[in-house]
Amino acid sequence: MADIGEPKVKVPSAPAKAGDIVQIKTLINHPMESGMRKDDKGEVIPAHFIEEVTVEYDGKTVLKGKWTAAISKNPFFSFSLKASKTGPVKVSWKDNKGGNFTASADLTVG
Amino acid sequence: MSEGAKKGWTRREFFHGVGAVSAACAVGGMAANALAAEEAAVDMGPIIAEAMGSKDVTADAAVKAELPEKADNATLVRVPVKIDHPMDAKNFIQSVGIFVDNNPKPQVAVFEFTPEVGKVDFEVRIKMAKPSKVRVIAKTNAGKLLGLEKMVDVAAGGCA
Repeated sequence: MADIGEPKVKVPSAPAKAGDIVQIKTLINHPMESGMRKDDKGEVIPAHFIEEVTVEYDGKTVLKGKWTAAISKNPFFSFSLKASKTGPVKVSWKDNKGGNFTASADLTVG
Repeated sequence: MSEGAKKGWTRREFFHGVGAVSAACAVGGMAANALAAEEAAVDMGPIIAEAMGSKDVTADAAVKAELPEKADNATLVRVPVKIDHPMDAKNFIQSVGIFVDNNPKPQVAVFEFTPEVGKVDFEVRIKMAKPSKVRVIAKTNAGKLLGLEKMVDVAAGGCA
């Protein structure tokens, strides 16, 4: 499996106009193990999943997600955002083992 | 190369690896059981109340989610959610919860929104252990719960 992490944030490539609703796409490599599965030796695979996602736009938290292990492996998450001014869209993922990942992309407005 | 092109990645790259399922999945006793869907439903009231602050959900067409009738891959069920509701400072959607009644842990995710998002329009992919009712519940800043629910069949268990 690919390494855990490699968080990605994708914003529209074309500049947005102030007030436009734009779609942001995110992706991260993560096993999202529930702790309910066993490996081929019958050993329980420990739970390891992202439990919190936070989106900041231009330094302000605009959206948060509380996740569980029922979110699919290598989670894709897209969301809308109202463009106001040029600034970073920063996404942070935290997992139950203390893993912390962030990725950022500048949303251009003008 | 433009900034956008550098940051872009193809659809193929985007979804690469997302569908991979471990062969160990069926070993843990979580395999789908078609009969399980016939079992008495879980009492979702307390679970919804815990996550959303109340269990009083009103079905409302403002909550939209294009859920499949049957998911071919139970580990990767698309849940695209749109809420037709204003997002201004005095009247907005504060949170949205996704629940799968027949999962071992029915609460899948709860999102909190601010008016700055402009519109609630998001997508996640979820795991389903067996065929189940899927619920999307939106909470307004006044505390009203608006909901949608739909039965989703699955081809095989998702080891949720």
